[in-house]
Amino acid sequence: MDLLLDGFAAALTPTNILFAVLGVLLGTAVGVLPGIGPAMTVALLLPVTYSVPAESALIMFAGIYYGGMYGGSTTSILLNTPGESSSVITALEGNKMAKTGRAAQALATAAIGSFVAGTIGTVLLILLAPTVGPLVVKLGAPSYFAIMLLALVSVTVVLGSSKLRGFIALFLGLAMGLVGMSSGQPRMTFGFAELSDGIEIVVVAVAIFALGEALWVAAHLRRTPLEIIPAGRPWMSRSDWSRSWKPWLRGTAFGFPFGALPAGGAEIPTFLSYVTERRLSKHPEEFGKGAIEGVAGPEAANNASAAGTLLPMLALGLPTTATAAVILVAFESYGLQPGPQFMTQNEELVWALLASLFVANALLLVLNLPLAPVWAKLLRIPRPYLYAGILFFATLGAYSASASAFDLGLLLVLGVLGFAMRRFAIPVLPLIIGVILGPRLEEQLSEALDISRGDYSTLWGEPAAIICYLVMALVVAGLVAAQLRGNRQDTRTPETEKDEVHT
Amino acid sequence: MPEQSQQIPQTTPPARPVVDSAQYGMAVFLAVAGAYVVDNGTQMRSSASKDFLPPSTFAYVVGAALLALSVLLAVATARGDTPDAEDGEDVDLAGGSDVRTLVLLAAVLSVNVFLIELLGWPVTGAILFTGAAWVLGSRHWVRDVAIGVALSFGTFYAFYLGLGVPLPAGILNGVL
Repeated sequence: MDLLLDGFAAALTPTNILFAVLGVLLGTAVGVLPGIGPAMTVALLLPVTYSVPAESALIMFAGIYYGGMYGGSTTSILLNTPGESSSVITALEGNKMAKTGRAAQALATAAIGSFVAGTIGTVLLILLAPTVGPLVVKLGAPSYFAIMLLALVSVTVVLGSSKLRGFIALFLGLAMGLVGMSSGQPRMTFGFAELSDGIEIVVVAVAIFALGEALWVAAHLRRTPLEIIPAGRPWMSRSDWSRSWKPWLRGTAFGFPFGALPAGGAEIPTFLSYVTERRLSKHPEEFGKGAIEGVAGPEAANNASAAGTLLPMLALGLPTTATAAVILVAFESYGLQPGPQFMTQNEELVWALLASLFVANALLLVLNLPLAPVWAKLLRIPRPYLYAGILFFATLGAYSASASAFDLGLLLVLGVLGFAMRRFAIPVLPLIIGVILGPRLEEQLSEALDISRGDYSTLWGEPAAIICYLVMALVVAGLVAAQLRGNRQDTRTPETEKDEVHT
Repeated sequence: MPEQSQQIPQTTPPARPVVDSAQYGMAVFLAVAGAYVVDNGTQMRSSASKDFLPPSTFAYVVGAALLALSVLLAVATARGDTPDAEDGEDVDLAGGSDVRTLVLLAAVLSVNVFLIELLGWPVTGAILFTGAAWVLGSRHWVRDVAIGVALSFGTFYAFYLGLGVPLPAGILNGVL
């Protein structure tokens, strides 16, 4: 408890509050802005890590994460074109509510639900993080190897419609992770001395998230403006409250554990929350026409999962979403390596970060309820400026990482790869996690084999490792079973309903 | 494993599988990448005997996987597997990719790659923004240039004074 109070003391210094406000505002803005998500924003802001103190920068990034999660819902509700995969579900009921003149209530239940879920999620994080810490310290290299392998497999397999494309992304990422010196020899450097330290992850992140996305949108720019539903000031009636609070809590219960598992964050829990609310609702006839429960639950799940994601990231150094992956890159550029020793060695930093999550969450509520109409105006920014700006800042971020024009060339090449991935529906998350975890996977395996003097059986010599392999086997078995059944009974109701909206 | 695309237009179910031939290009890319990784692995010397995990091991695994995935993708493509290209707020998937925009943007970015150290960021950054805005359809020349110059000079000073990161001043060296 003292630690938490110290954390609040650190989080509430004027500088850090400023960074939290900045993060929340930026996060919401980019969540609202089309084409930019929280992962891209954090990637574009990585240059601030060169001089801003670690604490402040991480507080800002946490604000961006929470803010981006919330901002995405505004776009979903007012535009019906979710910018982030996590707000796909919100668009289903949210946009219907907006069309029937209940945009204000949809925005309000999203904002308050996000606050409730974010707060509960952060409490859970604070309760669990210190208990997980000592447990993971005991794990040896074989267990780490297994855990990372599990994370890679599940992120690849669980998300997206095509496992084949997931694995393509994963192995492209792992291949990029091979670049650099290994045992004193250049590996995969294409003869460039600039690559002997490996590919700068900042460049990969900016290229894949920002440049690839900007090029993709630029090549398919919609020439007709989208129809934006004007938003009033968010408010809710008594009956809206009574219909919202249970979905908020249930959504949180779905969101946090799924966020903490390496299953890619918010997509699954938002979907589960939606299905549950539709089943439990006293107004099932409203679903598909704008039921407030269908916004409240998924939005809460969304934000709770953002909090849950931070648990494996801090305790194991394991990123499970794109944004968490980029935040991990930020940690590393400070020379901080999240993982077992991290929590005990950087107590002050960790607690300041946790405390600042509460601050960010409260700020979100305070700022977003009155500012919703302002955010909606952001949707009207001229697209040439928006995407030219993204290209501008992507270039700047990649160049400043190591002040070399070589990295800019690399940025362009990888940006084209990012474009191709969007063209061929290859997911970006497995790639970025592969780049980050690939070298560490090799490191842990090498360490395990050094200790066992080359005996591979050491890999299943620890209970935690065995559990990971069993889970992996289950995941793969489930996958094969689903394939055999032919996926005929597709349970993705929201997909079909989304299609109906478009027709 | 042929994945059924979820966004097949409901109107006319194609009798013959539609082959997205561009996807073969991706398969070729994967094959080339895989071959390079494996080839690179064979050139790694296995050093001292105490090296239980030679640096070539991961290269072989990753390279072989890329080669296998390349074959799988080619097979899936031939069997009519089409990707669900990424949708978004500003994305209109009705037409194909606008190659002209793409090439022009790549050109604008390349100008920056080759000239940033010669001309300096304040100049190339402004060219980058203005050029990109023009390619994307903005025709307000004065406003485009003004925003571009403001952004590039603004970031130059912000990085220099605020973050302590000197960006190249180029031909304006000494002036700024």
